[in-house]
Amino acid sequence: MKKMMLQPKSETELVEMIAGAGGPLCIQSGGTRGFASDGEVLSTRGLSGVELYEPGALTMVARAGTPVAEIETLLAEQGQRLAFEPMDHRGLLGSDGEPTIGGVFAANVSGPRRIQCGAARDFLLGVRFVDGMGQVVKNGGRVMKNVTGYDLVKLMAGAHGTLGVLSEVSFKVLPMPEAAATVAVVGVDLAVAVQVMSAALGSPFDVTGAAYDPVERRAYVRIEGFAGSVDYRVGRLVADLARFGAVQQVDDSESLWRCIRDVSAFHGNAGDVWRISVKPSDAVELAEQLQAEALQFDWGGGLIWVLVPAGTDLRARIAVPGHATLMRAGAETRGRLGQFQAEPAPLAAISAELRAKFDPRGILNTGLMG
Amino acid sequence: MQMPSPNTAILARKAELAAKLSTVLPLDALIQDEAETRAYECDALTAYRCPPMLVVLPRTTQEVSDVLRVCHQMGVPVVPRGAGTSLAGGALPTADSVILGVARMNEVLETDYDNRVIRVQTGRTNLSVSGAVEEEDFFYAPDPSSQLACAIAGNIAMNSGGAHCLKYGVTTNNLMGVTLVMMDGTVVEIGGAHLDAGGLDLLGVICGSEGQLGVVTEATLRILRKPEGARPVLIGYDSNEVAGACVSDIIKAGVLPVAIEFMDRPCIEACEAFAKAGYPMCEALLIVEVEGSEAEIDHQLGLIIEIAKSHNPVELREAQDADEAGRIWLGRKSAFGAMGQINDYMCLDGTIPVTELPYVLRRIGELSKQYGLGVANVFHAGDGNMHPLILFDANKPGDLELCEDMGADILKLCVEVGGCLTGEHGVGVEKRDLMLHQYSPEDLEAQLKVKDVFDPQWLLNPAKVFPLSVTEGRRAVELSK
Repeated sequence: MKKMMLQPKSETELVEMIAGAGGPLCIQSGGTRGFASDGEVLSTRGLSGVELYEPGALTMVARAGTPVAEIETLLAEQGQRLAFEPMDHRGLLGSDGEPTIGGVFAANVSGPRRIQCGAARDFLLGVRFVDGMGQVVKNGGRVMKNVTGYDLVKLMAGAHGTLGVLSEVSFKVLPMPEAAATVAVVGVDLAVAVQVMSAALGSPFDVTGAAYDPVERRAYVRIEGFAGSVDYRVGRLVADLARFGAVQQVDDSESLWRCIRDVSAFHGNAGDVWRISVKPSDAVELAEQLQAEALQFDWGGGLIWVLVPAGTDLRARIAVPGHATLMRAGAETRGRLGQFQAEPAPLAAISAELRAKFDPRGILNTGLMG
Repeated sequence: MQMPSPNTAILARKAELAAKLSTVLPLDALIQDEAETRAYECDALTAYRCPPMLVVLPRTTQEVSDVLRVCHQMGVPVVPRGAGTSLAGGALPTADSVILGVARMNEVLETDYDNRVIRVQTGRTNLSVSGAVEEEDFFYAPDPSSQLACAIAGNIAMNSGGAHCLKYGVTTNNLMGVTLVMMDGTVVEIGGAHLDAGGLDLLGVICGSEGQLGVVTEATLRILRKPEGARPVLIGYDSNEVAGACVSDIIKAGVLPVAIEFMDRPCIEACEAFAKAGYPMCEALLIVEVEGSEAEIDHQLGLIIEIAKSHNPVELREAQDADEAGRIWLGRKSAFGAMGQINDYMCLDGTIPVTELPYVLRRIGELSKQYGLGVANVFHAGDGNMHPLILFDANKPGDLELCEDMGADILKLCVEVGGCLTGEHGVGVEKRDLMLHQYSPEDLEAQLKVKDVFDPQWLLNPAKVFPLSVTEGRRAVELSK
C-alpha cells in the first residue's frame, strides 16, 4: 500500500505539518537515496526553485526540493558546477524519482572529487531548517567564510533529516575546468593500486580522482584544469607512475568517472551493497577481511563499495578503524543491521541527546541514525 | 563591555581547588601566584584584561581530563587557551575561572605521508605543523596571519582561515579527527585518518565552537603536497569599484587563484611607509597569486593580466623572481604591524558577498567621516572576508568606545548586505553582543542547545560567543548589575 504523503509547498506549510504531526515522519525529498524510516512520508520536493545565483561570488541559494538536474543546468550555463560531484543513487538502488539538492546535503553525498576539493558538507554555506517542534532555524549564510556562532550547517549536513528538515540551502560552486584527462595504470593488484593512488595524491599535480577497479585491474588517476596544464601534469604523472606498471591514457574520462561515481559496476547485480570509509592504506587488509563478491575502490582506496550476499553482516568482518553504511538491502536486513554503523558509546550518547534537543518528540526519521 | 561578575563562592574555594588540582598535576603545571597568573589576563584583544583564579598547563590528555573532572565537580568555569593570539578575546579569563593552557602539548604524534595526514597535540603552532612535514615537501594549508605563534587548538576553536583559503579551505575543511575532552573529563575520539566520520558531523560543530564544547587535545590534520611553485602579480587601480569588478571577473573567468588580497589607499600608504615594498600610490591594490609549474603559472597569470588590463590598471607588476615576489607580499604581510606603528587600531573581520564589495567600501568611507576615525582596508577579496582596521587613540578618553561603536556599525553593514559578523577570527567577547543582529533568538537557541548537550552546566568558556542576556539562565555564574 502506498504511504500517505505530506508535501508542503512553502516553509510555512512545512512548519505547520511538522508542528501538527501526530506521529513519526519519514523525511524525504526526491526519495532516490535509499534512506527511509517508518512513518508518514513528508517530502520537501514541493519546496523548489533557485532563489539566488551569483556566478561572480561562486554562490547559489536554493530551496531544498530543487532538482539537482535543474541546478546543474543553471551552473553549466555559467561554466560552473557542484565540484564535490554528488552521486546519483538511482542506478545502484533501482530507485526512481528526482534527486534534489536538499537530499544531497542531508545525506552529505560526495563523489570522487571529494579527495581533492572536499565533501558536500564542505560546500554547504548556510541552511534554513525546521526542527522537530516546527521551529524555523537559520544558520550560516551565503558567504564563504563564516565563523559566527556554532556551525550547525555542518551538523545538518549528513544528519539525514533527523535534527530538522532542510527548507533552504546556500552553497559554494566552482568553475568548470577547461579540460580533464585520466591515466590508468593497468594490470595492477590492489596493493600496488593503493601505492599508485597514494603516489598520485601525494604529488604536486592536484589529482581530482583516484579510483581502482579490481575486475579490470586498473588504477585510475584524474587531472583537471586548463588544457595546457592538464597535458603537462598528465605527462609528469605518466612518467612517474610508470614504475608501478604500464600507463595508458583513458579515452572517455567523463563517462568513466560518472561510472565510478555511481558505482555502475554493481547496477542490477543481486546482493546487498555496503559503503565503507577507511584510511586508504587499510584498504588492502580490509579487502581480505570482507570476503566480498565484488569490490570497487574510490578516494585513493579510502572509499570501498562492497557487494555481498543478501543479509550478510559485513560490519562483523571489519577489523580496521572506519565505518560501514548499508546502502542497498531488503527491509529485514536493514532493520536487523541498521543502515548506519553504531557509534562508540560516548558519541552515541551525544548524538542521541542532540536528537532529543532538536526533535524532542522523536518524530523525524526515527531510528534511522540510532 | 560587560563580563559576568565573579562567583564569590568559587573564589572562596580557591585553596581547595588548588589542592585538588595539585593531586592530579605535576608541580610545575599549576600556577597560583598572582604575579604569574597575570601573564594570562588577556589574549591579543588587549583592551580587555582580567587575571584568572588559577592557570593549569597540562602535558597530556589524561591531565586535561583530570583537571576538567576536578573543575566540573567543584562547578568552576574553565577557559581553554591555545597560544593566546585571539583577536576576539576568545581566551579572556574571568576572575573565578581556571585557564587551561595547552601550550605544553606540542608533540607531533604521527606523520603519515601515504594517507596524507599528520596527528599532533594541539598546543603545537600552526607553522610548525607545516615545518614538521616540510622535508617531504608537504604543508598544512590553513595559514592565519598569526601562524608563527598561534596554536592548532585555537585554530580549531575559531575555525581559522588565512590568505590561501580561497583554494585550500579553512580549518574545518582540513581537520579530519580530534581527541576531545568533555567538561566532565570524558575523553572521546571523533573522526580520524578516514574521510567522512560516521554518524552526525560532530567534528563539524566542534570546529569553531570557541572552546565551549570541549578541549581538543589532539588533532588529525590533512596535509598536502606543496605546489611546484607560486607567483603573485600586483595590480593597482584608481578606484575600489574597479578593483572589485576585476576580482569578480577573475573568479567568473574560471581562474581560481590561491589568494586574492585587496588593500585600499590608507593601507597602501601605511604599508609603504613601514615596509618600503615599492607599492604604487593608488586607490586600490590587488595581489593575486597562482600556483603550479612555471608554464602553468605563466598561463594563469596571462589570463589574469588580460582581465586586469580590461579594467585599465594604473599599475601591473608581475614578479620576475622570488625576490620580487617576496617584495609584493612584504607590504601585505606587514600591514597589521604597519598600522600598529602609526596608530592604535581595531581589526574587524566581517565577511560580505564579493559582489557587495564596492558598496560596502563606500559605506565604510562614509562611516569613517561620520565618526571622525580613519579606516584602512586590507582583506581577502576572493572570499569577501574583510579586515577594516579602525584607527583610534587608546590614550584619548572615549576614543576606544567610539571605535567600538563604529566597528559595530560596519559589522551590522556586513550582515545587512548578506554577510556575517566574523569570517575567521571568531565571536569571542568582541562580537558577542552583536549576535542578535545576525541571528534571531530562535536561531541562537538552537546553538545553545548544542552547548547544553556537551556542557550541561555551562562551565566551559561560558561568557563568550552569545550575548550574556541570552545565556543568563544557563550560566552558573551570576551577572554583575
